[in-house]
Amino acid sequence: MTTAAPSVPAVPKSARRRLLRFEQRGMPYALISPYFLLFAVFGLFPLGFTLWVSLHRWRLAGEKQWVGFDNYSFLLTNERFWNATGNTLGIFVMSTIPQLLLALAIASALNKRMRFRLAIRLGILLPMVTSVVAVAVVFSHLYGTEFGLFNWVLDLFGVDNVNWRADKLPSWFAISSMIDWRWTGYNAIIFLAAMQTIPRDLYEAAAIDGASPRRQFWQITVPQLRPIIIFTVFVSTMGGLTLFAEPTMFGSGLYGGGTAGQFQTVAMYIVQAFRQRNNYGLAAAAAWLLFLMILIVALINYLFVNRIRGSR
Amino acid sequence: MQTTFGRGRRALLAATLAAVVAAGAVGCSSGDSDEDAGGEVTLVLNTFGGGTAFAYDDVIPEFEAANPGIKVDYRIVSERFDDQFRPQLLQWLEAGSGAGDVVGIEEQGIGELMALPEYWTDLTQYGLDARKTDFPEWKWNLGVDADGKLAALGTDVGGMAMCYRKDLFEKAGLPTDRAEVSALWPTWEDFTKVGEGFKGKAGDAKFIDSPNTIYNVRMIQEAGAADGLTYFDQQGGYILDKTPAVRTAFDYVMELQSKGLLAGLRNWSDEWNAGMLSGGFATIGCPSWMLGVIQGNSGEENKGNWDVASVPGGSGNWGGSWLGVPTQSEHPEEAAKLVEFLTGKQGQVGAFKKGGNFPSSVSGATDTEVKAAVNPYFSDAPTGQIFGDSVASFKPVYFGKYHSAVRAVVEEVILGIIEGTYSADEGWGEFVKQGKQVVDEMGG
Repeated sequence: MTTAAPSVPAVPKSARRRLLRFEQRGMPYALISPYFLLFAVFGLFPLGFTLWVSLHRWRLAGEKQWVGFDNYSFLLTNERFWNATGNTLGIFVMSTIPQLLLALAIASALNKRMRFRLAIRLGILLPMVTSVVAVAVVFSHLYGTEFGLFNWVLDLFGVDNVNWRADKLPSWFAISSMIDWRWTGYNAIIFLAAMQTIPRDLYEAAAIDGASPRRQFWQITVPQLRPIIIFTVFVSTMGGLTLFAEPTMFGSGLYGGGTAGQFQTVAMYIVQAFRQRNNYGLAAAAAWLLFLMILIVALINYLFVNRIRGSR
Repeated sequence: MQTTFGRGRRALLAATLAAVVAAGAVGCSSGDSDEDAGGEVTLVLNTFGGGTAFAYDDVIPEFEAANPGIKVDYRIVSERFDDQFRPQLLQWLEAGSGAGDVVGIEEQGIGELMALPEYWTDLTQYGLDARKTDFPEWKWNLGVDADGKLAALGTDVGGMAMCYRKDLFEKAGLPTDRAEVSALWPTWEDFTKVGEGFKGKAGDAKFIDSPNTIYNVRMIQEAGAADGLTYFDQQGGYILDKTPAVRTAFDYVMELQSKGLLAGLRNWSDEWNAGMLSGGFATIGCPSWMLGVIQGNSGEENKGNWDVASVPGGSGNWGGSWLGVPTQSEHPEEAAKLVEFLTGKQGQVGAFKKGGNFPSSVSGATDTEVKAAVNPYFSDAPTGQIFGDSVASFKPVYFGKYHSAVRAVVEEVILGIIEGTYSADEGWGEFVKQGKQVVDEMGG
C-alpha cells in the first residue's frame, strides 16, 4: 500500500494535464459546436437541398427530373405568385408601421412615473403568451360577416355589414390587427428596456435648454434607440414576410387566402404548392425567392432606418 | 476548488455532447416494428377523418377474434384527408416506410393515388377479385389502378339526400312530412320553385345553405347521368370548360343566387356551422356523413327540427373511401385479409352501426339492419332506406389525378362570385382560367 501510493497519482497527472489543456483550448469550440452542428443539420442542409429541389420537377411518389430554372421562370410570370407577393408586402407595411409607432408611443408612456407600473408593463406583454392560432380563431369570429362582433358594432353606427374577407383592403386590415395585437406589446417592452439605458443627463441638459418633451422624444429618445429600432425592424421584416398562421386561420384554415387569393401570402403559396399541388420543385423555388425577397427588404429597411439622425 | 470547478466543466461538456448525440438520434429515429416476439403479426391500419372517422372501433376486435395471431393497430392519423393525410401518405410511399399495411383513401384522392400503380399490392393474388359482384361497378372500378390491377376495395359511400328544417318549412307554410316534402321536388326546377315560395316567409332564413354544397350535389349527379366525366378526361386532359355537367351545375348556382335563395356561406366555415344552429337556412344537400355534421353543429336544442327527404333528381353520391395495401407492407397476405373483412358485409355494417358510414357493398347496403335503420336526431327518418335508394340508382363519376386541387380552387371562384369579388359576367371565364392555372402549377 505504502509503495503504491506515490505511483497512483502519477498516471492521472498527465491525463489531467491533457484534459486541462483541452479545456483551455478546445472547450470554447466544443461549447459552441452544438449550435453549428444543429445549424448545419437543420439550417444549412435544408437550404442547400431546397435549392437542389427547386431546379427539378419534383413530385413525391413521382418523377424527379432536372429542369434548370424552369420553376423560377414559371413563378416570375405567374399571376398568382405576384399576387401573393403583393399581399405579403401590403400586409407587412400595413401591420409593421403602425405596430412600431404604437410600440414607441406605449414604451414612452410606460417610461414615465405611474401607479401600478409593473402590472401595466406585464399586462402589455400578455398577448405574446397566447398561441397564434387561438388569437387567429378568436379574431376570425370577431370579423365574421353575419355574426361577427365588429360588424355588430359598425351596425350600431348605421354602417352596413363589411365582408372582411371579400376584398384586399378589409382582409389585410383584419390580419394586420391580429398581428399588431400580438406583437405591439413585445416591441414596446424592447423599446422600454432600451429607453431606460438612455442617460438621464441628456434629458436634463435638454430641459435646461428649454426643449419640450415632444422635442426631447424625437431628438433624444428616437436617435438613441436607433440600434434597437433597427433590430425590431429586422425581426418584424422576417416575421412579416413569412406570415402564415394568421391569414391561414382567417381563411378557415385554407391555403388559398380567400376566394381570389385576396390575402394569400407567399408562405401560404409555398405550402399550397407542395401540400395541395404535390409540386415540391415549385414550392422550393418559391421558398428561395421568398428568401431573396427578405434579404432585399431587410436591406432597404436598414438603409432607411439608418438615416434616423438626431442633432447632437 | 480547482478540481470541483474542473469537474463541473467536464460535466457541462459531457452534457453538451450528450445533447448533440441525442439530437442526432431523434433525427434518425424511425420504424414501426410490426412483428412481436411471439411470432404474432401486427398490422398497421392508417386512416383519417373527424368524429368516428372510419368507425372501425367495434369491428376490429371481431376481426382479431376470428384471426388469432393477427393484431391490428388502428390509427386515425389526421382529421382531414386532402391537405393532411394525402401529402403524408405520399411522403410515406416515397420514403418506402411508414405507410403501414392498410391505408384509407378518400374519393378526392383515389384518382391521384391509383395513378401510382408501383406503390400498390395486387389484391387479385389474394383472391379479392372474387368480391367484384358485391360492389356497384363504379365503386369497384375506381379501385383499379393505372396498370389495371385491383389495388383498393370500397368501404363506405356518401349517397345523397336533402336535409331540411321542419320548423322553418312550417313557418313558410310548406309541408313538413318527409314524403310530402320529397314529392315537392322530383326535379331541380321544382326545387327552385319551392325555394321561391319559401323566400321571405321564414324571417331572414335563406332556402339553401351554401353555393358549393348545392354545386357539388348537382354537378356529381349530372356527371353520373352523362359520361361520368367532370374536370378531367381519362387521359388526364383538362376538360372542365367543355363538360356539360359542370356548366349546368355552375349555371344553376348562379340562377339560385340571382333569385336570392342562397345563404352564401362558405361550407365548413364557422358561419356555416353557426347557421345550422341558429336556423339561418332551411336545406342542405346531405350525403350520409353530413347527418353527423349537422347533428354536431345544430346541437341538442334542434333535435327533431331536422328531417331527411330525397334529393331532387333522385340519386347522387358525395364522398366515400377505399382501403389499399401498399407494396411496402411486410405482411401483404394478412393485410389483404383485413381489407377483405373490413370491406365485407360484417365490417361495413359494423362501421355503419358505429358511425353511420353507409355501406358501399351490395350485401352491406341491403342488410336488414341497415335497411331498417332510423335516425332519432332527424325525427326518426329512415336513413338506411333513403341512402340505400340513392346509392342503388347512382351512376359512376371519374376523378382525375388533379381533381381535388382543381376542385378546391374552382369552388373558391364560385364563392368569389357570390361574395362579389367577381361579377357574374366574368365568373365563368375566371372559373375556367383558375382551374387551368392549377393544372399548370401541378406541372401540366
